[in-house]
Amino acid sequence: MQVSLTVNGKNYRRDVEPRTLLVDFLRDHLNLTGTNIGCDTSQCGSCTIHMNGEAVKSCTVLTVQADGADLRTIEGLANGELHPMQNAFWNEHGLQCGFCTPGMIMSAVKLVENGKNLSEEDIRHGLEGNICRCTGYQNIVKAVQAAAKEMAGGD
Amino acid sequence: MAANIGQSIRRFEDPRFLQGQGKYVANLTLPNMAYMAVKRSPHAHARINGIDSSAAEAMDGVIAVFTGHDLEADDIGWLPCGWQVPDLRMPALRALVLHKVRHVGDRVAIVLAESPYIAEDAVEAIQVDYEPLPAAIGARKATEPGAPQVHRGVDNNTCFVWELGDKEAHEKAFAEADHIVELDLINQRLIATAMEPRAAVAQWNAFTEEMTLWTTSQNPNLIRWVMGAFTLKIPEHKLRLISPDVGGGFGSKIPHYPEEVLVPWAARKIGRPVKWVAARSESAMSDTQGRDHVTRARLALKNDGTITGIGVETWADMGAYLSIVAPLIPTAFYITVLSGLYKIPGIYGKTYGVMTNTVWVDAYRGAGRPEAAYVIERLVDMAAHKLGMDPIALREKNLIPADEFPYQTPVALSYDSGNYKGLFAKALDVANYEKLRRDQEKARAEGRLVGVGVASCIEASGPVPSAVSGALGGVTGFWEAGTIRVHASGKVTAITGAHSHGQGHDTTFVQIVADQFGVSMDDVDLVHGDTAVVTNGMGTYGSRSTSVGASALVKSSEKIREKMKKLAAHLLEADVADVVYDTEKAAVYVKGSPDKSKSFGDLAYAAYTGHSLPEGMEPGLEEITYYDPHNFTYPNSLHIAQVEIDRDTGEVSIQRYVAVDDVGNVINPLIVEGQVLGGVAQGVGQALWEHGVYDENGQLVSGTLLDYAMPRADRFPMIETARTVTPSPHNPLGVKGVGEMGTITATPTIVNAVLDALAPLGIDHLDMPLSAPKIHAAIQGRMNGGD
Repeated sequence: MQVSLTVNGKNYRRDVEPRTLLVDFLRDHLNLTGTNIGCDTSQCGSCTIHMNGEAVKSCTVLTVQADGADLRTIEGLANGELHPMQNAFWNEHGLQCGFCTPGMIMSAVKLVENGKNLSEEDIRHGLEGNICRCTGYQNIVKAVQAAAKEMAGGD
Repeated sequence: MAANIGQSIRRFEDPRFLQGQGKYVANLTLPNMAYMAVKRSPHAHARINGIDSSAAEAMDGVIAVFTGHDLEADDIGWLPCGWQVPDLRMPALRALVLHKVRHVGDRVAIVLAESPYIAEDAVEAIQVDYEPLPAAIGARKATEPGAPQVHRGVDNNTCFVWELGDKEAHEKAFAEADHIVELDLINQRLIATAMEPRAAVAQWNAFTEEMTLWTTSQNPNLIRWVMGAFTLKIPEHKLRLISPDVGGGFGSKIPHYPEEVLVPWAARKIGRPVKWVAARSESAMSDTQGRDHVTRARLALKNDGTITGIGVETWADMGAYLSIVAPLIPTAFYITVLSGLYKIPGIYGKTYGVMTNTVWVDAYRGAGRPEAAYVIERLVDMAAHKLGMDPIALREKNLIPADEFPYQTPVALSYDSGNYKGLFAKALDVANYEKLRRDQEKARAEGRLVGVGVASCIEASGPVPSAVSGALGGVTGFWEAGTIRVHASGKVTAITGAHSHGQGHDTTFVQIVADQFGVSMDDVDLVHGDTAVVTNGMGTYGSRSTSVGASALVKSSEKIREKMKKLAAHLLEADVADVVYDTEKAAVYVKGSPDKSKSFGDLAYAAYTGHSLPEGMEPGLEEITYYDPHNFTYPNSLHIAQVEIDRDTGEVSIQRYVAVDDVGNVINPLIVEGQVLGGVAQGVGQALWEHGVYDENGQLVSGTLLDYAMPRADRFPMIETARTVTPSPHNPLGVKGVGEMGTITATPTIVNAVLDALAPLGIDHLDMPLSAPKIHAAIQGRMNGGD
């Protein structure tokens, strides 16, 4: 089936098998391998991307469902310089092996964009769909707190 | 310029991960690549009467299907066990089975296809005629008469019996004890669940007859050694293994796996590059798993709380095959640390290694030492309750005094250094322990189930002195190799056999090396994970990277500085005894005449031009060291947690968690704290949620992340960390291991806290995981007057 979609501001038109998962399309057809696959039951969140402005787990979406959609992946987040969320993860040591990081960052960006005055509890709850085995989440939570401040234009 | 060591420097490797540019094996695509999928057994134990792959082979896009018979025809694919304890009965392990499957996930056949989707379809189309057999499940049960036999030749499914300790002193301690505390416990099966599933890509070069294998390994050089010597029949010098960025290991990426044989074997057979990436559910049934002990334990005490003896009898579930260092884990990594932080004269332990029809068990974060810490710390806590002593007071009474180091335990180890009293003082202060107890009293008066738990643990980290390895059954030594190459332009390449899969070596090792010379960290690069560049090495596990791996780099740096001094003395026409290497200025100068000096860059250039070298000196500036550790290092900890249990649901909430660790000198506090935080979360996971569950037929019930309860962000409070420092006296950096302390300590800390909360109900032990339903049932049982 033909699909046509926008990824990180670029338009793509491709022929795909109807069963192709969006995450496989991104990785294997567009060579955007920053979006990782950590499970096969939509539990880990490693494959989280933005689709039409919302965070989605791209392993739960068929490519054909994304026909016409506007997608953003981790590769499209930095705009000349690191996004405040990327920078905060770096400063706070919010990553170790780095495998869950792209999905975690994409989830966190939407969490902050969609929420106001997020408490620690809000952040922890909001990241509950992303699994990290390395960090114990603490520095991720701190990173999101720092980025939220930065993204709100505060100091 | 020096003194990067000790600084919280944010990691140099992070920008690529933050921008989705991590170099994971699954991201690698090669021209004309084929994809492999594995046909795995749905049965825990079955005879194979036939395999019909005709439908699979007829599918569009299928290149080939291979079974164990094809592997046998090529006479390759036997995987060895590298830890041979005395009288080990070692069952055969082949990359693909021939006549029998022995666990769910066992490897029956492989498919090569044009795409991963087609490969999966074809795997489904392979028809296997299985004759199911009864399964041996449960380490203790599998040794009972009449239990199904996993392997012929391994009678009673017992592949080894190992014991250590002074039995006489042990028996005497118990004969003369005022109190004996006994406990039967289970340290449950865990699934490591590194977020990156295993993967491999292989490329055969028919022209040079060289094989390149990209694999998700914690120790690629070690795997190359094993493959060259045993499994692939391609000699070691024709094998190149690359483990680029690896997404977590936790022990599950130490072993040599069948797929590391199958992928290159298939690549050579079909003359194309081959890629295999495990699905998560495939990892769950094929990555080595952790723990799984059934233990009878006992502790002997005097009336005043002095501990005089400890003993264990443990049935360790090894799973269906013996993985690469599996027999080490429940033996020399377990019974040797039963002394904990305490002076105990009568220690004795015995382990039975038991084969069952489950996924293989090998090292998992901590590996044997968490199992020991759990036994000790549960017993000590139960003893405190029995004697009516505060659990801190009982522990403090038995601590090894600071002036008795090095301390020789009765179970082989000699602890290098420590100040356990100081550690306790710090932790009690940070936690405000007295207040925690007062708050608990108040809460209890209100009918709330609030508990305070403590655990104080030791780890023997930084394995292994090679002679010790040899004496204990290791088939290799456990040194580490480190090369320093100073280029003619004054830039430095450091090459280590250690491997970073999250630990941050690209940062910490660069901090260390830059300080050896006083050069900028920008001028130092670390290389690891590619056997074409890293000529030798043993890899990363057991919290060894810095104490063993970086020590090799320090020693090589010393050699480079010595050569630079000789060269500088020659160029400055001074006696070599009169020149000094200044790590502040990155230069060699003549004592008393600081203006007479040669910079690091000048000397590097001079070493390579060779225009004027001292008599007998070779050009170049490169040194390698094989560093063999003199001993383990002995990090230690005291963690304190406060929990509250919801009486109606049994749900545990962690209200405070204080982690105080002594890991010796610290290279990068940011990274060290990160290791503790992650380790604690993993240890809490075992205490409360995680469980690799097999039913009586050997089905893996918790085979996906829907069923295997991983720690999640919303289950933790902010963990408070602090440190005390007693440097290790026997490595040049004074460091001890940090990677596993959090995991080792958190598990007993949380279990002790939960059981402290339940103590008023008369509940003195529950086996992990302490899930809400289990606690709820226990509370209900007590409230209904039952047991």
